[in-house]
Amino acid sequence: MEPLRQIRSRTVVMASNNIDTDQIVPARFLTTTTRSGLGASALFADWRFDAAGKPRLDFVLNQPAAAGCRVLVAGRNFGCGSSREHAPWALVDYGFQAVVSTEIADIFRSNALKNGLLPVVIDPTSHAWLIEHPGVEITIDVEARRLALPDGRSVDFPLEAFARYCLLNGVDELGFLLKQTDRIAAFERSHA
Amino acid sequence: MLDKIWRDHEVVPESQDTPAVLYIDLHLTHEVTTPQAFAALRSGGLKVRRTDRTIGTLDHSSPTDPAQAFGRVPIAIESAGRQMAEFERNCREFGVELLDMKHADRGIVHVIGPELGLTQPGNTIVCGDSHTSTHGAFGALAFGIGTTEVGHVLATQCLLQRKPRPVAVNISGRLPPGVGAKDLILAIIGKIGVGGGTGCVFEYRGEGVRALSMEERMTVCNMSIEAGARAGMVAPDDATFSYLADRPRSPQGDAWDKALARWRKLPSDAGAAFDREIDIDASTLEPMITYGTNPGMVLPLSGRIPAHGDTAFRKAIDYMGFAPGDAIKGKPVDVVFIGSCTNGRLSDLRSAARVLKGRRVASGVRMLVVPGSQGVKRLAESEGLDRIFTAAGAEWREPGCSMCIGMNGDTVARGKYSVSTSNRNFEGRQGAGARTLLASPATAAAAAVNGRISDPRELV
Repeated sequence: MEPLRQIRSRTVVMASNNIDTDQIVPARFLTTTTRSGLGASALFADWRFDAAGKPRLDFVLNQPAAAGCRVLVAGRNFGCGSSREHAPWALVDYGFQAVVSTEIADIFRSNALKNGLLPVVIDPTSHAWLIEHPGVEITIDVEARRLALPDGRSVDFPLEAFARYCLLNGVDELGFLLKQTDRIAAFERSHA
Repeated sequence: MLDKIWRDHEVVPESQDTPAVLYIDLHLTHEVTTPQAFAALRSGGLKVRRTDRTIGTLDHSSPTDPAQAFGRVPIAIESAGRQMAEFERNCREFGVELLDMKHADRGIVHVIGPELGLTQPGNTIVCGDSHTSTHGAFGALAFGIGTTEVGHVLATQCLLQRKPRPVAVNISGRLPPGVGAKDLILAIIGKIGVGGGTGCVFEYRGEGVRALSMEERMTVCNMSIEAGARAGMVAPDDATFSYLADRPRSPQGDAWDKALARWRKLPSDAGAAFDREIDIDASTLEPMITYGTNPGMVLPLSGRIPAHGDTAFRKAIDYMGFAPGDAIKGKPVDVVFIGSCTNGRLSDLRSAARVLKGRRVASGVRMLVVPGSQGVKRLAESEGLDRIFTAAGAEWREPGCSMCIGMNGDTVARGKYSVSTSNRNFEGRQGAGARTLLASPATAAAAAVNGRISDPRELV
């Protein structure tokens, strides 16, 4: 995982609440056995493409303004549903680095953090402003846990200390767990 | 109860800077969410730490058509076949026990865990599948994880976790006759919404849950995730212990007595603190059915679709082809699916069979009945349930997730209506453009008989 310190990007807005993981990556794409390549065709497939596979021009990601955006602003409870890590894999593969909402589902949040995709949960007033102003340029500072709006206002968001450490340093949690091997072995002996 | 199980599994307690290192007793694995985790182990030169605490099954992308399931013809979806073969190779290479396609115990991961006695009170259980919450019915802490975490558990038998917040769901009263566990959990999700449990573990308490059988408790815990709660739990009691007694992988002899003594201490102490309490009276409930594109958009069968709502509501209603104010009863049905980790156990099949016995599936309706495991299939066949289904014109299949997720080719066509006993009515869940209405096995069977949404209490 690459270190993630600051994100500066225009936003793409998908205002719907409860965007579930079946929308982010429909199940028919889950027979893959790799992590890569989900951005091109699987991400939001049934919203991006019609039944014939042609891009739907009214879908936000198919509009020119969305090109190059790395921040997705979404309605409440983004990523609800299944545990498929294919959802953050696809978002990262497409180019996203952060998802901003008022609520992000637990498993999606955990999966996102392990792939360098920052879950940003902010207050409803700031979120409503972002929903109403699609395409604004914002800056997200991982270390300060702060999102800066273009008018100079800034909004704090929660980020668990260890998750922040891993993002800032590009550290993989598995390395940390493997260093606990002696304590794991001791636990196993005492609970045998 | 959450606190007790958590404390018992802390290899390293959590601190301000780091999450807890939590020990995992049982790791259930399947073909869809593991290939990238095994690849990570391979590239890191790592082994599976505890093959004795890891078990694999094929369920999500596996065919339910007997000819494909038993290798008489090739698997129609090539990528699914490749994924299954890769899982078989990974299990062989890393020494993980696999219940393969020909194994007499194979089935949906959340059906076989309890059935084999692997799921036990007080255990921590994980799987790369959000419906792992099912196992909480036994007083276990069970939750779904992503593929990176699957790799962590394979390599270290541990996870880095912050403790979730305990929430009490108090169920007073008993369900009226003709109203089941699926109706209860749909009513709970309708009450608190699909994000109502984010960050929480539900503990279902009260007379309403005590009166449920173990299979019914599993249905309730299974759909905790549809309210956003990563896990749902029920304190173990005599129903739990008698379910587990003499299961093939339950503790036996002295070990059973010791386990029982431990399990009896698990229930939350009187006065245990909860972050929040949610109250629901089971005695007032009716059969429930969803009308929209998430499980929180739910109505009693006698209800009407709300007249107003926000943009997402209107989008959902448009997708479903319904109009605000419509009665849900009487809506036409194209497909009926009985099965899944929510409602694919023996009692679910019995409940559907009671409605179907001596009747026919309405003309133009396709009905698929998919038992949750080979064990469920054998028991159902020994009672003659399969003959009731096939005589009615339904298809009786090999076990798997099937039409719940539609990865194996069992799908619903664009624009068609499916009454399904599964857990998710998201857009396209059962196939691109498919329209899903979630309901109990009895309600689904009634829809099959009448070709329309119907009240099963009028048929039994």
